[in-house]
Formats: sequence, structure tokens, C-alpha cells
Amino acid sequence: MKVFLMFPDRDFDAAAPSPPLADDLVNDLELETLLLALSSGDEFLFAVARTALLETLPDPALVRYRQDIVRDCLRNEETVRALYDLSMEAIRAEKQVWRAFWNSPEIILNRSLQVMEAFLDFLRKLRTQADRCADQFESAGFRRFFRMIRTELGDEYLATVAEHLKALHFRRGVFISARLGVGNKGAEYVLRKAPERGWLGRLTSGEHGRESFSFQIADRDEAGMRALNELRGRGLNPVADALATAADHVLAFFRALRTELAFYIGCLNLVKRLESIGMPWSLPEVLPSSAGPTFRATKLYDVCLALKVEDKVVANDVEADGKRLIVVTGANQGGKSTFLRSVGLAHLMAQCGMVVPCASLRLDARTRVFTHFKREEDPSMRGGKLDEELARMSAIVDHIGTGGLLLCNESFGSTNEREGSEIARQVVTALVDGGVKVVYVTHLFDLADSLTRDSTDDRLFLRAERLPDGRRTFRLVPGMPEPTSHGEDSYRRIFGVEELDRSSSGGL
Amino acid sequence: MIIDPGARDEIRMSEPSVLFPSRGARVVATEDPEIFRDLNLDQVFNTILSGFEEYELRLYMRNLLRGVDEVAYRHEVFRDLERPAIRCAVQDFCLAMRAMRDALRMEERLSYKQQKEWWFLDAVATYCGAVREMARRSTGLPVVSRGLRALLDYLVRYAASERFQALEREVRALREGLDDIRYAIHIKGNRVSVMRYAGEPDYSAEITELFARFHQGTVEDHRVRLGDSPDMDSVEARVVELVARLYPDVFRALEAFRADRRDYLDPVLATFDREIQFYVAYLSWVERLRAHGLPFCYPEVSETCKEIEVREGFDLALALKLEHGTVVRNDFFLRGLERILVVTGPNNGGKTTFARMVGQLHYLAGLGLPVPATYARLILPDRVFTHFEREEDLATLRGKLDDELVRIRDILQHAGERSVIVMNESFSSTALRDALYLGTKILRRVIDIGAIGVYVTFVDQLAALAPQTVSMVGVVDPSDPARRTYRFERRPADGRAYALAVAEKYGLTYERLRKRIAS
Repeated sequence: MKVFLMFPDRDFDAAAPSPPLADDLVNDLELETLLLALSSGDEFLFAVARTALLETLPDPALVRYRQDIVRDCLRNEETVRALYDLSMEAIRAEKQVWRAFWNSPEIILNRSLQVMEAFLDFLRKLRTQADRCADQFESAGFRRFFRMIRTELGDEYLATVAEHLKALHFRRGVFISARLGVGNKGAEYVLRKAPERGWLGRLTSGEHGRESFSFQIADRDEAGMRALNELRGRGLNPVADALATAADHVLAFFRALRTELAFYIGCLNLVKRLESIGMPWSLPEVLPSSAGPTFRATKLYDVCLALKVEDKVVANDVEADGKRLIVVTGANQGGKSTFLRSVGLAHLMAQCGMVVPCASLRLDARTRVFTHFKREEDPSMRGGKLDEELARMSAIVDHIGTGGLLLCNESFGSTNEREGSEIARQVVTALVDGGVKVVYVTHLFDLADSLTRDSTDDRLFLRAERLPDGRRTFRLVPGMPEPTSHGEDSYRRIFGVEELDRSSSGGL
Repeated sequence: MIIDPGARDEIRMSEPSVLFPSRGARVVATEDPEIFRDLNLDQVFNTILSGFEEYELRLYMRNLLRGVDEVAYRHEVFRDLERPAIRCAVQDFCLAMRAMRDALRMEERLSYKQQKEWWFLDAVATYCGAVREMARRSTGLPVVSRGLRALLDYLVRYAASERFQALEREVRALREGLDDIRYAIHIKGNRVSVMRYAGEPDYSAEITELFARFHQGTVEDHRVRLGDSPDMDSVEARVVELVARLYPDVFRALEAFRADRRDYLDPVLATFDREIQFYVAYLSWVERLRAHGLPFCYPEVSETCKEIEVREGFDLALALKLEHGTVVRNDFFLRGLERILVVTGPNNGGKTTFARMVGQLHYLAGLGLPVPATYARLILPDRVFTHFEREEDLATLRGKLDDELVRIRDILQHAGERSVIVMNESFSSTALRDALYLGTKILRRVIDIGAIGVYVTFVDQLAALAPQTVSMVGVVDPSDPARRTYRFERRPADGRAYALAVAEKYGLTYERLRKRIAS
């Protein structure tokens, strides 16, 4: 019995190790804000959402599989939340069965019996649920899930299980086969299905169906009783294991159910939040990488920013189909970093089957997303900023491979412009030629300008918009890099106009 | 140092032995000689014989062989055992014999009759298997040594004997009888019934099958590790008693076997099993150290020639302790009239280690063992003596110097021209003048005796005392005089070389001191 609501053919591993350099990605995209919204503060939901977001599915078919389930969830929110609660209750019920510090086959058997008896109730409830609402679901994932529940947990099977759970109390005693092992001690103990009742009754009462000898342990012979229990234990050991293993598997099933539903519960939570803020969401169209570089979005916004300010934020329309390099230049605090993050978030969210923060989106699936953002100065660092940047880039290059997406935010801005530009130019052109899509926010004019001079049309240049009166709109518009920095704006705003004359010769 | 005649024992040689070529009585010391401590041979033999205690091999370490043929006899066996096929066959045989003894110990220790019977049968079965396997393998083994050849011939004849084959048949029949037994136990409340097993189906498998559909990848193994002590508790014992009643023929035969076959073990093979360990124990260390790049060789030994030579010799005790290839190796030789190596050099520079090594090499060679060196030509010593500094012995009521001289006198009384005498920092507690005087006197006597000597001293002059003395000097690294090289070279002694180098390093040479004082 497999849940398979995240993948059509395999389990989702919520504890999967993060992909390389995931911590940078999480920090740079401020993913935690999104995760908090997805999880409503629940740790478990948070962890599941984090793993799912960082996984970056490269296969559009897998994305569609989940998107269909998301649609089902949006239509049947109550049922889905009820299923999620059921899985949690089952898990809790197992936890409440006392676990001994000292283990013997007998103790394990008894505990497993209790657990299985509790689970049997939940399995029955799950079956009832499936009978009642299976027809309201349309996604392949949910249809398979409910069909499986109804086949595997048929009435007859549930009854057989109940019967065996009763038999496993061994009210008629245990019947064990053995042979002589080392030192003529009993060995290879195997629990056997006891001969039928009447016959065995005669046997133990002395009317032998076959030659048999008996003895009895005296009630006050404590050592003897201990030894007898040990012998029983040898017979019960494999059956206790089998039952405990079964209990583990059923528990694992409920855990898997909880884990995989958790992802969709997260989506439901997010949709609710976005609707309350009044920002759009949609399910994107994810193309295979063979479709070539694609990115076309309307009303794309930084979901983390929206969630943080709990208000409407600036959204961009982007038309970057066929573009393998997007260079973003323009005024400081003009929305460049926000835009960069929104591209990264769009990929992560789209490529895990989640809803995306925009009115519409079409993109090609990337194998991995990496970020190389300017770091705040770290006082503990003695290695030199450029060294640090180069080391970080080198680590990214170790992992990115063809088909990756790299988001650069003021990379190599820590050294002088000529040196930084030259390094950056070599890095960027090498990556792009190697099949990596790059979105590069930079104030390095030398870099941006030189990138415009190569005659290819797979590059898009965007600029932070500034109105004639100098005000920023925080929107990005197509535009070639301009040699002067708009640091002047900031300066004026902060120092006022009077100061401008004196400091203009210094520039920025 | 000197074996107390009272502490002697005898080994009687009868049947073929892998340790000695000739039969007859042989005298052995029952205590370690004193030189073991001085040469660190006690550590060497403790390490090598560790795990082999049950074979009581130490007595063979206490007694030097009496002639080059005895040495050759052991070298032959060693060389045979260095061939993997032979070594492997011998070790397998010995391991089986050890397992057999373990089984007999179990028989003795356990209390219930059916257990004792099983373990005795197991011991005999292990023994039969060991003999049969060795006989089978022996025909293909390229054995050259006299010692091993004689034993294998004996073993093959023994394995073919009717007496042995009858034993094998009996063992097989008993084992089959026990193996065929299948029984069932029914436990209800405190009542236990035992009967023959009649093919009832496996219930655990049925339960596993029932829940197979829930399988979700690997989960924890819940089987409890139940004790597998060889002992039986009272319930197990009563069950097996009832099993014996269900299968009376099998258990009657088992009982008779244990009563009738107590003397199954052949004494010649038992002795072989013990004596061969002398080789196995030493060889296993030779191989371990070789794997770390430390060489061993078969020394050429002579009862007359004093022109000894060793290349890349090292202290075996040190090598066993460190167990890696960085143990420093040194060369030395004696030519013509030369008899005594006089060792000088910086403190803590390895002089004692060097002296020990010379003593060890001769002693090990005298036991017929491969020695730690790439090449060794040595005298087969009749005795090895040591004179190392002792803690003051209050019981003697003599001064330290007197005590040292008494010990040297004893040595010189017993030493002969085939003896090796290792003297370490003798008279180091006296003034230079006395040390020179006494050293000269003693060395002259050693020269007169004609023994091989090693003399570690701080007195440079002794190194050039006579044509019989050879100066071995600890090497100083001029670029870093504080570093110990532990290497020794054959050249005139010069105690100043090291002192000057160290002084330079600390700016304390004459010229430097003058300038520093002046500035």
C-alpha cells in the first residue's frame, strides 16, 4: 500500500538531504517567509514544504501530476484536511501505546497487537472515507489512492486481519518445532500453526495422538518459569517481529499519508493567504527543457515580500522566451533584487507542482536553481571578499551542470570594476554557453555593456524603471545598461539638493 | 644472565620433532635468563608469544641451539612455512586442534549429560576432520624440510590406518543420527509437551504474508537477540531429556561413544601441533613487520668465523612496539682481528638501542630464527652476556661500582671465544679517568678471551684502543643538531662534533660568545 500522492511511482522522502548549497538558496530567496505561510507555523508542514521546494522537479509530467492533485485539493478542501487529520490521529494512537524499555519477544508481540488493533480502526475509517468521496476526485493521484484503499482494505481482508489479531493472543498455547543444534541445545525454533483444537486437547490431556512426553513447571519454581518464558520467546520471536514489522509498515503508511498530504495542505494555506492579501496566483505551464529557454510571466511578484508586508506589491510582466541570459541594471533600490528573487521563487514553486505568485506563467524546467548573491560583510572573515566570492562560485560550478539556473546578485562587485567585470564576463559567458540560464543583477557597467556587444539575440536586458522626475516605480522594463549610476538619486534623497554641488565631483 | 643449574628441566625427545633434528634428552632453563630484560627480549617474546600461551613455547626461547645443523634444521622448517600453501595447511590443522580443545573444555564445563556427549563428539569430529584434511593436502605440498617431511609422512600413515578410519565412521553415523531429529514443543500455561514434529506449517510466515501489502520500505528489525550461551537452563535440559526418550537409539550410541573413545588423540600429532607454533608465532610477526617495510633474513651462522656483518639491522623490540617502517636500521661489520664495537655519540642518540640490536641479532640467530636485517652473517654464540646499568642493589651491601665490577668479573669467567658480550654504559657513574682506566682493563680482557663485544661508552679514547676495537659513532645532522638520527657510522669517535653544532645553534660557540659579550 503506497500513498504516491507526490510521485506516481515512488514515495516522497521528506527527510531527503538538501541539495548542495541549498542554505544559500533559502537565505537569498528569503524562502523562510514563504515556508511560514505554507506551514502556518507548523514545524512538520514547514519541513515537508522545504524539501519539496528545494527538490526542483526537472520533469514537467511530474509537475502536472501534482498540479492536478492541487486542483482536487482546492475543490475538496474539507475532505483533504479530514484525511490529513486522520493520518495524524493514527500516528498519535501508536505513540500512546506504551513502549517498554526492556524488550522480549513477548513484550514486542503484546505491544504490536495493541498497535495493530488500534490501526485496524483507522484503516476501517480510511476505507469508509474512500467509499464516500472517491468520486469527487479527478486527479490520477487521488483516484489511484482511493482505488487502492478500496481494493487492499476490502471487507474480507479486514475481517481476516481481525481474526488473526485474536489468534495471536495464543490462548491455546504456542506450538514450536525445533531440531538439535550446538551442544544438543534446541535450535531453529519455528512457530507452527498448532494442530486442530480437539486433537491437541487430547494430546495435552495425555491421550497421545502420537508419542509425547510432558512435564510441568511448579508454580513456585521462579527460575523454571523464567526459562519457560525464554523458550516461548524463542518460538514467538519471529512472529513478534512479523507483527511489529507490520505495525511499523502501517505506521509508515500513515506517516507517508501525512507527509504527502502536508505538501497539499501547504498549498491550501498559501492560496488562502494570497487571496486575503489580494494578490494573484496560478498554476503554471512547465515545459520540458527541450522546449528551449522559456520564461513568460504576467504580474509576477516576489511572494515573500508580499507575505512579509501583507499587502499588494509591485508585479512585473516578463517576456523572456528564448533568452538564456537576463541582465538587470539600473537604479539602486529600484526593485532589481526583488525581481531576481521572484524569478527564482517562480522556478522553485512551479517545479514542485505548487501554485505560483503571478497571474500566468510559462517556463522551461530547470535542473537546479542556484544563487550567488552579494554577501554582507562578515566581520569574522579574513580570507578577502573576492576570495570568498570566487570560492562560492566555484562551489556552484561544481554542482550546477547543463540545464541549471543561476541567479547572480551583484556578483564580483567586491573588487574594482575592471577586475570584477572581467571575471564575471568569463564566468557568465562560460555558463551560458554551457547551457545554464543566468539572471544577473549588476551595477558593473563595464560588464553589462560588454555583454550587449556580442551579437546574439538570446540575451535580455532589463532596467529598473525610473520616471523622468527621478522617482522609481520598482518595475523592470527592457533597456540597455546606462553608464551613470542612479546612486545620485539616493544621495539627493538622503543629503538633500544643497549638498549635491559639493559632492558631485566625487560621483558614485 | 647465568642460568642457575637448579632451574633446569628436561625434554625427552622420542617421536619426530619439528624443533630438533635428533632425539634424546635436552636440558632447558625454566626461567628467563637475565639478558632478556637488558636486551628487551622479554618484550619481544611476550609480544610474539601472546595468544600462544597454551602451547608453552617460552622454554624454547630460553635455550640457544648447539650447532649449525640445528639452526639449519629450523631454517628449513621456516622456509617451508613461508610458502603459503604449506603455511595455510599447517595453520588450518592447528586451528582445528585448538577448536577441538575448546570443545573438550566445553564438555568438561557443562553440566547436563546430553551436552557433554555432544561436545565430546564435536571434539572428536573436529580432530578427525583436521587429520583427514591435512592428509589430503599433504600430498600436494612442496615440503623440503626434514622436520615437516617426517611429520607429514607419519600423519599420512596414521590417517590411512584402520583404527583412525573406524573412528571417522563412528563419528559420521552419530552426527547423522542427531541431525535427523525434528521435534515439536507445545507450551500451554506451565505445561510443556514434547513430541516428534509432523510437518505443521510455519505460522510466522503466514503472519508476514498477511501484512505484506502494507510494506513501506525497510523498517527496524524487531527480532530480539536471544542469548546463545552454550549452557542450558532447566527447561531446555528437560526438553532435551524428553527428546532423548523420543529417540533412544541415537542417544544410547552417543553415550557409549563418549565412554569408549577417550584416548582418541594421537600423541605425536599432539606434540606437532604444539611445537609448530614456535614457527607460526614468530613468522606471523615477521610478516606483519615485513608488510611495514621492515626486512628479515636467514642469518649465515658459523661456530668459528668472527667476521660478522649485518646490513640494515634493527631493534626488534622497538619495531614490535612501533610496528612501522620508520625504525632506524644500521649496518656494522667486523673484519680481520676486529672483535669489539665501541659505540659513542650524543645522549639519547640510540646508542643503547644499537647495542641491544647486536645482542638480539645473535640471540635470535642462536634460536634458529630469521633475524631483523636484510643480511646477517653472525657467529653462533654459545652464550650471550649483558652488562647494563642496574639500580643499586641494597642486598649486596656493595657500592655501585663494586657491584658492576663483580658482575663483569662473573661474565668474564664464563665467557668464551664464541660468546657475545654487550656492555652498556659500564662505569658511566665514575669519573672520566676511572671510566677510561676500567674500560681499558675490561676491553683488554675481552680481547684476550676472543669474544665478540659491544661497548657503549662516553669515553672516546676507548674506541681506538686496539686493532680489535671498531669505533661506531652516532651520526649528527649538521643542519639540525638537535634532531636525533639514530644512525651509526664506522668512523673515529669525536665527541666535540655534536657539542659544537648544538652550541652554534644557541649562539654559544667561542666566537659567538665573544661577540655577544662584546656587544
